[in-house]
Amino acid sequence: MEFLLWVRGPAFNLALTVFVLGMTVRLLEIFLLGRRPNYAEPRGPEFGPGMKTVLNRFAVDPGVFSRAPFNVVVGYLWHIGFLACLFLFIPHIELAHGTFGLSWPGLPNPLVDALAAVTLVSLVAVLIHRNRHPVMRYLTTREDTLVWIATFLPVLTGYLAYHRAINPYPVALGLHILSVELLMVLFPFTQLTHAFTVFIARWYNGAAFGRKGVQS
Amino acid sequence: MSELTLERGLTAFLAEIDAPTAAYFSSCVHCGLCAEACLFYLETGDPQYTPIKKLEPLKWVWEQNFTLAGRIKKALGLSKPVTNEMLATWQELLYDSCSLCGRCSMVCPVGVDIAYLVRKTREGMVASGHAPEGLIEASRRAVQTGSPMGLQFPTLQAQIKRLEKEGSTQIPVDQTGADYLILLSSMEIISFPEYLGAVAKIFKQAGVRWTLSSVCFEATNAGIQIGSSDIARELVSRIVKAAEHLRVQYVIGPECGHAFTALRWEGPNLIGRPYPFKALHIIELLDQLRAEGRLKTTGKESDRLTLHDPCNLARKSGCIEPQRRLMGIVAENFVEMTEHGEFNWCCGAGGGVSSNERADALRMKAFRRKKAQIDEIQPNRVVTLCATCRTQLEEGIEEYKMDIPVIGLTELIAEHVIETDE
Repeated sequence: MEFLLWVRGPAFNLALTVFVLGMTVRLLEIFLLGRRPNYAEPRGPEFGPGMKTVLNRFAVDPGVFSRAPFNVVVGYLWHIGFLACLFLFIPHIELAHGTFGLSWPGLPNPLVDALAAVTLVSLVAVLIHRNRHPVMRYLTTREDTLVWIATFLPVLTGYLAYHRAINPYPVALGLHILSVELLMVLFPFTQLTHAFTVFIARWYNGAAFGRKGVQS
Repeated sequence: MSELTLERGLTAFLAEIDAPTAAYFSSCVHCGLCAEACLFYLETGDPQYTPIKKLEPLKWVWEQNFTLAGRIKKALGLSKPVTNEMLATWQELLYDSCSLCGRCSMVCPVGVDIAYLVRKTREGMVASGHAPEGLIEASRRAVQTGSPMGLQFPTLQAQIKRLEKEGSTQIPVDQTGADYLILLSSMEIISFPEYLGAVAKIFKQAGVRWTLSSVCFEATNAGIQIGSSDIARELVSRIVKAAEHLRVQYVIGPECGHAFTALRWEGPNLIGRPYPFKALHIIELLDQLRAEGRLKTTGKESDRLTLHDPCNLARKSGCIEPQRRLMGIVAENFVEMTEHGEFNWCCGAGGGVSSNERADALRMKAFRRKKAQIDEIQPNRVVTLCATCRTQLEEGIEEYKMDIPVIGLTELIAEHVIETDE
């Protein structure tokens, strides 16, 4: 019980502080670099095409999909599963309600349970694929493995806690929260930042192409 | 190109890092999908050609200097520095196996504009002395003689005289106050001399007031290909100076892809101010003349024609419809390749690959992607609008024994222009 109180109290506050401050610094590190003035006469606007690219990159180029369907499908599966477990599991929404006063509809527990199982299986598939596909093996760094572990653990511990597979329950819940805190602490210092910066990157891409009259 | 050192290279890398660069590197999750859009990877199956990995030197410099974690790691001696050995290894990846086609930039799920970053990374490669010999020589000739092939004005003058003798068309040189300054590429002058004749014929019929410049006729920019803003600025400045001297309203790029990128998009930023003239590609001008009813043609080609879009023009400059509208007036059997326009496949020899002899075998392998596109639709001829693409297409077609002629779009238009006697 003491362990649970610690992870819910001081440890959570510390993790949240690192996450918020770290991400603020990270975003400032990007935006403060700025862009040089562009004197070339634009062929089109930047803002709209940038926003469109933010959205349309959720759809994968058909040619790329035909050459790497596994990568795309499994990538989608675990991202959707992970986000659904995080934001649509009713106890998580209750936690948000208790902490921030915000509430939204959730999914029935059995459905989240199934999604968690799909996420776990997909993440294992991602890891195997990463180690077998020549391009992904060539690109993979130690950080990628660390990020994978940090992503996998909250789903795994959450799944085990939900199924009462670890006893006593407060230890199971404590481990789950601790794993989330590990994810939060690592977040600003690893490629986990993409969860935020992806929108900035896509916008810059779309804006640069938009300026030249192409929707990227 | 003296005093090229690692230190200068690292300084150049640092100077290239901006907010988009940081956003891009912060977002890559090593998914590897960019490889599936790269003809060099797809046609060799070699993972080292994965586009995002080509940026490793710039990424290391960014990480170690512009991120908190990277700076701490660097201070603690935990990060590997960029070394001459690393850059020597990366030279082939950044030059031989990248035509800056930008297809990877169009498909990256997190939106990394990889071609933008390759262009930036090359700045550090040049400054540190790690650019390929072929491109260094082309750059040196361009700066010293005005042409990457070492071609001087008297050669062009001889061609002008011959063209004037053969046809009735006059080719104006140094005409102050003309509307259009026409630029050429050395490759056109040497390999495709019919281009200038075609331009003169079309302009005569359309009543265009144009001129060449004897001090600056070259549009290509070896500085853009090698990745040196200093060289690129020098070459663009010559064009701007000539255009300002002749007081033209438009500067017209030739059938060359990278020359258009240099003139249209990079030029104003290299000289640090907007142009006092408009920069257009020859095909954009011909399409304008068509729209104004000044380009009158007769008859159409009846054989099956397809169009190869140069990456620099289509995907990287948004010039996609003008060439199609022009094809419409001279071709009755025009067939598109499956992926075209902004989603075309590169021919494999842009971005300086064609000037880098070491990459000859690799660019022929990369060409197989274009070959597959051509094979799929079985055209009688391929039309294009870039001399580098045209040369690569001709060499690739020869290499793979395809027996399909390649023609420049301007020439094709000129063949159908109605000639009127004055």
